[in-house]
Amino acid sequence: MMAKLTIPEEELMSPGHMGCLGCGATQAMRYVLKAAGRRTILSIPACCWAVMPGVWPNTCLQVPELYTPFETTGASISGIRAALDALGQEDINVIGFAGDGGTADIGIQALSGTADRQDNVLYIMYDNEAYMNTGIQRSGSTPIGTWTTTTPVGSTQEWEKSPKKNMTAIMAAHGIPYIATATTGYPEDIIKKVTKALSIKGTKFMQIFSPCPTGWKMDPALTVSITKEALSSRAFNLFEIENGAYKVTMKPKKTPLKGYLMKQGRFRHMPDDLIAEVEADLDSAYENLLHLEECTRKKA
Amino acid sequence: MVKELLTGNKATAYGAMLARAQVIPAYPITPQTTIVERIADLISEGRMETKFVKVESEHSAMAAAVAASNTGARAFTATSSHGLALMHEVLIWAAGARTPVVVVNVNRALGPPWSVWADHQDAMAQRDTGILQFWCENNQEILDTVIMAHKVAEDPDIMLPALINQDAFFLSHTSEPVDVPDQKMVDDFLPPFNPKEKLDVDDPKGFGSLVMPPQYMEFRANMARSMDRARDLIRKVDKEWEGLTGRSYGGMMDMYRCEDAESILFGAGTMMSTAKDVVDDMRNEGRKVGIARLRIFRPFPVDEIRYLADSVKAIGVMDRTYTFGQGGPLYNEVNAQLYNHTNQPFTKNYVIGVGGRDVVPRHIRSLFDDLEKVRENGYGEEGEIHWWGLLDGKTPREEM
Repeated sequence: MMAKLTIPEEELMSPGHMGCLGCGATQAMRYVLKAAGRRTILSIPACCWAVMPGVWPNTCLQVPELYTPFETTGASISGIRAALDALGQEDINVIGFAGDGGTADIGIQALSGTADRQDNVLYIMYDNEAYMNTGIQRSGSTPIGTWTTTTPVGSTQEWEKSPKKNMTAIMAAHGIPYIATATTGYPEDIIKKVTKALSIKGTKFMQIFSPCPTGWKMDPALTVSITKEALSSRAFNLFEIENGAYKVTMKPKKTPLKGYLMKQGRFRHMPDDLIAEVEADLDSAYENLLHLEECTRKKA
Repeated sequence: MVKELLTGNKATAYGAMLARAQVIPAYPITPQTTIVERIADLISEGRMETKFVKVESEHSAMAAAVAASNTGARAFTATSSHGLALMHEVLIWAAGARTPVVVVNVNRALGPPWSVWADHQDAMAQRDTGILQFWCENNQEILDTVIMAHKVAEDPDIMLPALINQDAFFLSHTSEPVDVPDQKMVDDFLPPFNPKEKLDVDDPKGFGSLVMPPQYMEFRANMARSMDRARDLIRKVDKEWEGLTGRSYGGMMDMYRCEDAESILFGAGTMMSTAKDVVDDMRNEGRKVGIARLRIFRPFPVDEIRYLADSVKAIGVMDRTYTFGQGGPLYNEVNAQLYNHTNQPFTKNYVIGVGGRDVVPRHIRSLFDDLEKVRENGYGEEGEIHWWGLLDGKTPREEM
């Protein structure tokens, strides 16, 4: 029996991008565009994707794309939407496509403004857990224990000390109608969630966990399988928040965090007691998600 | 035409309405607030059709305006002082993106110390961004300039953003009778915005992507050429507007009684209205004095400054701010244009009215007296740059 292909065949990202080997962000873009289709305008701030489409006059993207200053993704998609409304072109999808630094750090103010106004746009944060385009510096989305070039692991153990910023909770606090997480190892899930997001009016936010073998000091061949282990170790969780109701969309059997961490050079220095501490926190966060799913169920 | 009693801020809102701005992202700041309030009123009264995006900062205001312009909509915003400073990055972006967003700036001092009064540092500090700069001295000029600036900025040969300056409180909150032009006339004068290139799902292109050094310099040279071309277009649009309304603002520069003047004062904004009044009195006394008022700061009125240099003996340059390190911005510009010119009148810099300090007729008269004195006797101990009327320990009352 043949499985039904749920992924649209049309490619809106041509070969020839400038991403690294095994780049998760390129996969994220490819799947998002497959779901969104040609009637889409993209806004891209400073991030890997500001470079990866190619050097002018080339681009590997086949939808109109607007490059915008680092901190302005939210404002720029609001501006595009306002203009389309003024010009009577309400049916076009407007998508902001920003990295984790551009979202959780420098762009959070403009994003908050967009969500506060409930502007009809989809904001996608492709999350590779550090400033990768500038060369692996820590961001608000970098997890505890991570080595980056600004959290080096020398004799004083200056690795990342604060937990990964909870962007979905921050966005949920804005009362927007749809929030989802996804990861590049599960393309059908990305497509399903992007399609749903684009069918809803208002501000939608998606966080797509996108491996970066270069920044994670990881074998590029692991770029798909590492996402599966990220989910099973609870380092990242897949869920939706639709009108305040949580739904955990994947509940994999738990595997030890250490297995996920040790495949990546950025974590390899972590002592066992720190790993145990982080694992307990991640397990507890996952339990919290299940509780949220339970107690918000009636709202769905 | 209808005459209405309008503040500078209301005249700004009316200008945006008549120009049919399609997208207005804006954030409130004193003393610009009544612009956004009036725009909100005009929309709620059904008199203005525009998407008003209530952004969370001036930075986002300008970013949303640029994105809207890139999408093909006429975009307008207004700000002041710290708001304009916060926009700085996106002003540069707007110019590089060739998005003709029109921005009205209520000229206000920057802190610290906090001050909400008239000062030109906010706009002068945006000199190198690539934005066209218009300067106004009354509320009629503000309304007219909003319409004219859209026409200049959106011209296919220009495609640069425009900044329109009006002095805090002296204009923003002072009512004057203003002719409100007929909408039909404005529509004929200013056709809908229709850029050659825009974000279009049927013709997808990337805007603002990475270029290599050989291309970047070409893009920048094209901006410089557009800025240079704007001089002739500004003169032409000013004439066209005069034909429709009877009102001209002098094209690139507003020259008042300069024909046979020996000494002139050059400066920007409302203090030049006061100066024109004083010149009338001094002319009655037989003094050969005149006023050159800055109308356009970018592109700079090079020909006009050199034209004046051919006939006058002295130019006093009034700066309502300072370029910390050497000279006021207008003074430095004037001197730069004279260096490679055959005729070089005597010049002196008067830093005056900074942070909203009053510039009254007595000051203008004393500037002319000083200018003529130092032209005869040399700069003296004071040097070529004179912070005029500093209290230096005196109370303001003693100084007045």
